[in-house]
Amino acid sequence: MIAASAIALLILAPLAAAALAFALPKLGRWLALGTAVVAGAAIVQLTRAVLAGGVQTHRVGGWGAPLGIDLRADGLALLMLMVTACICTAISLYAQGYFRSGHDDEAPHRERYFWPLFLFLWTALNALFLSADIFNLYVTLELLGFAAVTLVALAGKRAALTAALRYLFVSLSASLFYLLGVGLVYGQCATVDLASLASKAQPGPTLWVALALMTGGLIAKAALFPLHFWLPPAHANAPAPVSALLSALVVKGSFYILLRLWFEAFPALMTPGVAQLFGGLGAAAILWGSVQALLQARLKLLIAYSTVAQLGYLFLLFPLAAEREGGFVAWSGGLIFLGAHACAKTAMFLAAGNILHAAGHDRIKDLDGITHSLPISAFAFGMAGLSLVGLPPSSGFAGKWLLLNSALAQGQWWWVAVIFIGSLLAAGYVVRVITHAFTRVAEPTTQNPIPPVMEWTALTLALLAVGLGFASHWVAELLRVGAPVIGPVLMGGAAS
Amino acid sequence: MPDADHRIYLLAGAALFAIGFYSLLVQAHLLRRIMALNVMGSGVFLVYIALAAQTPGPIPDPVPHAMVLTGIVVSVCATALALALADRVQAATGRVELLDDEDAAAPSDTTPVASDEHKGKPSA
Amino acid sequence: MNVHGLLLLGILLSSFVTGLVIFFLKEESHRLRIGLNLLGAAAKLIFVVALIMGVYRGQTYALAFEFLPGIEFALGADANSVLFVTLSTVLWFWTTLYAVGYLEHSPHRRRFFGFFSLCVTATTGLALSANLITFLTFFELLTVSTYPLVVHRGTKEAMRGGKIYLAYTLTGGAVLLLAVAWLHSLAGPVVFKERGVLQALASSHPTELQIIFLLFMIGLGVKAAIVPLHGWLPKAMVAPAPVSALLHAVAVVKAGAFGIVRIVYDVYGADTAAQLGVLHPLAIAAGVTIVYGSVQALFQDELKKRLAYSTVSQVSYIVLGVAILGPAATIGGLAHLVHQGLMKITLFFGAGNYAEALGIHRVSEMNGVGRRMPLTTAAFTIAALGMIGVPPLAGYVSKWYLQKGAIQAGEEWVALVLGASSLLNAAYFLPILYRAWFLSPPEQPAQEHRFGRGETHWMLVLPPLVTAALVIWAGVFAESPFSPLAWVKLIAAREYGP
Repeated sequence: MIAASAIALLILAPLAAAALAFALPKLGRWLALGTAVVAGAAIVQLTRAVLAGGVQTHRVGGWGAPLGIDLRADGLALLMLMVTACICTAISLYAQGYFRSGHDDEAPHRERYFWPLFLFLWTALNALFLSADIFNLYVTLELLGFAAVTLVALAGKRAALTAALRYLFVSLSASLFYLLGVGLVYGQCATVDLASLASKAQPGPTLWVALALMTGGLIAKAALFPLHFWLPPAHANAPAPVSALLSALVVKGSFYILLRLWFEAFPALMTPGVAQLFGGLGAAAILWGSVQALLQARLKLLIAYSTVAQLGYLFLLFPLAAEREGGFVAWSGGLIFLGAHACAKTAMFLAAGNILHAAGHDRIKDLDGITHSLPISAFAFGMAGLSLVGLPPSSGFAGKWLLLNSALAQGQWWWVAVIFIGSLLAAGYVVRVITHAFTRVAEPTTQNPIPPVMEWTALTLALLAVGLGFASHWVAELLRVGAPVIGPVLMGGAAS
Repeated sequence: MPDADHRIYLLAGAALFAIGFYSLLVQAHLLRRIMALNVMGSGVFLVYIALAAQTPGPIPDPVPHAMVLTGIVVSVCATALALALADRVQAATGRVELLDDEDAAAPSDTTPVASDEHKGKPSA
Repeated sequence: MNVHGLLLLGILLSSFVTGLVIFFLKEESHRLRIGLNLLGAAAKLIFVVALIMGVYRGQTYALAFEFLPGIEFALGADANSVLFVTLSTVLWFWTTLYAVGYLEHSPHRRRFFGFFSLCVTATTGLALSANLITFLTFFELLTVSTYPLVVHRGTKEAMRGGKIYLAYTLTGGAVLLLAVAWLHSLAGPVVFKERGVLQALASSHPTELQIIFLLFMIGLGVKAAIVPLHGWLPKAMVAPAPVSALLHAVAVVKAGAFGIVRIVYDVYGADTAAQLGVLHPLAIAAGVTIVYGSVQALFQDELKKRLAYSTVSQVSYIVLGVAILGPAATIGGLAHLVHQGLMKITLFFGAGNYAEALGIHRVSEMNGVGRRMPLTTAAFTIAALGMIGVPPLAGYVSKWYLQKGAIQAGEEWVALVLGASSLLNAAYFLPILYRAWFLSPPEQPAQEHRFGRGETHWMLVLPPLVTAALVIWAGVFAESPFSPLAWVKLIAAREYGP
């Protein structure tokens, strides 16, 4: 089956490329671009298959569950794969310019290890999104963590190494919590396959403990308030392309697993109390993260706290989509928001990386002269900010709109207030940076040149974040395939 | 009785996990924290094996054993990575602990400009 | 979607493509940029004329594609759209010409004209929106594209003014989004239709519709500068004169007023709104704004600030016309949308000329400018007299219909408000005119800036003369079939008629 081989290819291609990139460092960037092409083709094929024929499965080696590994592609997985491929392609282009442009002696050395690690990260992400059982998810989660930690440490500076080690400790302990939970689940249900767990699971103390352990670990990895402390230093001190990857993709992996667990595997355990708790933590993240972003003096820290805030929106999906019969609006809204955030945040980090590269620093109040001479990056930052704030017609707006619609239709007014305030705060910290693009400067400051590819990838992603709002109805249709929640695409009208 | 046996191992595993986690949080020395992670890992594996012994009959369930093997491999890699990173951290900071205030250092993307390293250009 | 929908696309693209191309040109390519600007404006004008003829004959125009799940992005042209789009297009052309002359030696012209074109695209899109979501999209795009224009000068005051501008408009936008989202959760996708679409819902959810109306008015009222949401407008005077002209006459404040028109007539429907009892508070808010703005204008010495408060006051005439039930008031309000645009833009062109050529920013410095800049001051005078309501100029016509509508609807207090406002207008405009024409100029002019022969660059003189002529035409020929008033009567007929 073409679909099955597409699934396999999505994991094998970046894996092979990673190994080759390690052996033949000079080919690093070509291997990355090649992987982008192959992954793109595979995703197109897979999308066609999923839209036509429903969920697609691939049994690795011909052995099915429970002993073998199943890989499954439904609408949600496909969306995640698409977002991953899009971001990683952009990073592949950006990183070429990034490592060639410094007058930094260590750059060739760092580049040598960047490509294999980056491709390894891509493999881990694809494998994570395609996994169909919770133990395989653990393995991919660990792989993802290793790649991410090492990429953070790649910068080599003291702050980066410290942040990386802290991240590693959090990552490993969180994974162990998750693994313990998996064990308890297996002990209770005798299976680890996501699809069959729903029927085998009986709510009881064991499962509650297991889910609590797994959720605790995953929340730490997804940097949900209040376990977000490791994220700002890690994202802020990593090299720009790595920060982008972390904010856009890595934290989303854990969130994805949480969705699978609570909506697919154990929906019976998601009581309204639990759902509201998730929402509450999300709301706290939005408010806390946004306020912190407003107070930062450095650009990359501002963007990192913005990630903490924006991840909170994703968790609003829980209370809003929990109403299984009408939850599809929130489901599609939250996931569209996820994709929007990935594109916009990557664009922001890339633009910030350009600014940092040109100016040698990223103190916000001293940025006046630089953005004048980097109009493309400044514009990219502005466009990305548009999506983050949720102004139409961006995809960020589409996601927020659907969440709002769901909240209003279900009468959960408090989330409406949270989204409203969150948008205004986001506007606050975006405007803080943008104002420096327009201030008059006495004399232009000297700066290092930036290769055009670095600016153009940032701009393209920002434009995608804004333009993909028009594709949101298509994304919602895609998400329908295999979705664990049902309902209309929009609440209101005759239904009221 | 098999039930009582496996429950003891279950509890032992859980206890190891808890002890390990507590040490991870409380200890400052990097090597101890890495060892704490290993202890946590061992606790989890013990739980798995205890659950495997739960199946009736002389042969325990092989699936958790397979999972434990995978887990051990992952754990070995994790430890190696952690040790290597800890070594680099110690070389860079001169301390064998993670310090909080260091994180406020300049997130410059060019070569390290820490005060005790004299190579590399100063930031603009 | 039909073939005719492509005309709508053409209208939008004429300024959008212009803007995009300008961003990619080099800063130094002045001639090319000017040519492109004028070409785009001319093209848009041609398309709009075609549109007017089509809508008059009853031709429908529609362009729609799916945007959000279940909701379309839809463009259309009804009589209201045509009114607003014509105003924006005509004034864009002349403001472009003016801006070219005004910014002759300024830096960052590429950025300016790029965002200028995007701003016009947003305004046009607003006019041509066929449903609430499309309207919201262009409304926010307007905020985003006008910000770089407001802070163009880059000085500390400019940045501060810009921040206040964004604070107000983004908050207003968020409130508007809330209103739109809430309405959609009750009513499903909301399209604009003459006489409104909420009759059924009004009986089942009256309180919610009332609260939603309030939210709409707050969200739109920020841009329409209804007191107490008007704070940004005087601060935004830090922008260069062409920007102030555009913002006050065409783009931002009119967008807010136009939005209110749409909500009352094409979403709620005049009768439903009256039934819900929301029109009366709106009328009161408008009345307060009218008086407050006029009073504040009296105390401003800076010319642009005085004009700013005058705008605050005058735009609420439109809101007042909308808030009073009855065709005459509607006619008055909508006509004023056009008339005030013409008059205010002339005034701002004049203010810009005084600042550029003579370095004059304050009323107290304006002694004798009539002698030094006769053409500009003539245009300024016509517009000022129009604002006061002197017949047979444009302002008189719209005020007359508003008065008639107020009395017909039994709201005599409105007539008092309008009368008081006219008196106040006279009080703050006549002294300026007196100074300009009848006092002698000071010995040392502030900073003269010679632009060759004549009072100043021709590009700065021609636009105000043209718009002043339009003020005269709109008033004198008001009853002819080719005036803005005739079109407005058509709109009223379609809204209230059988």
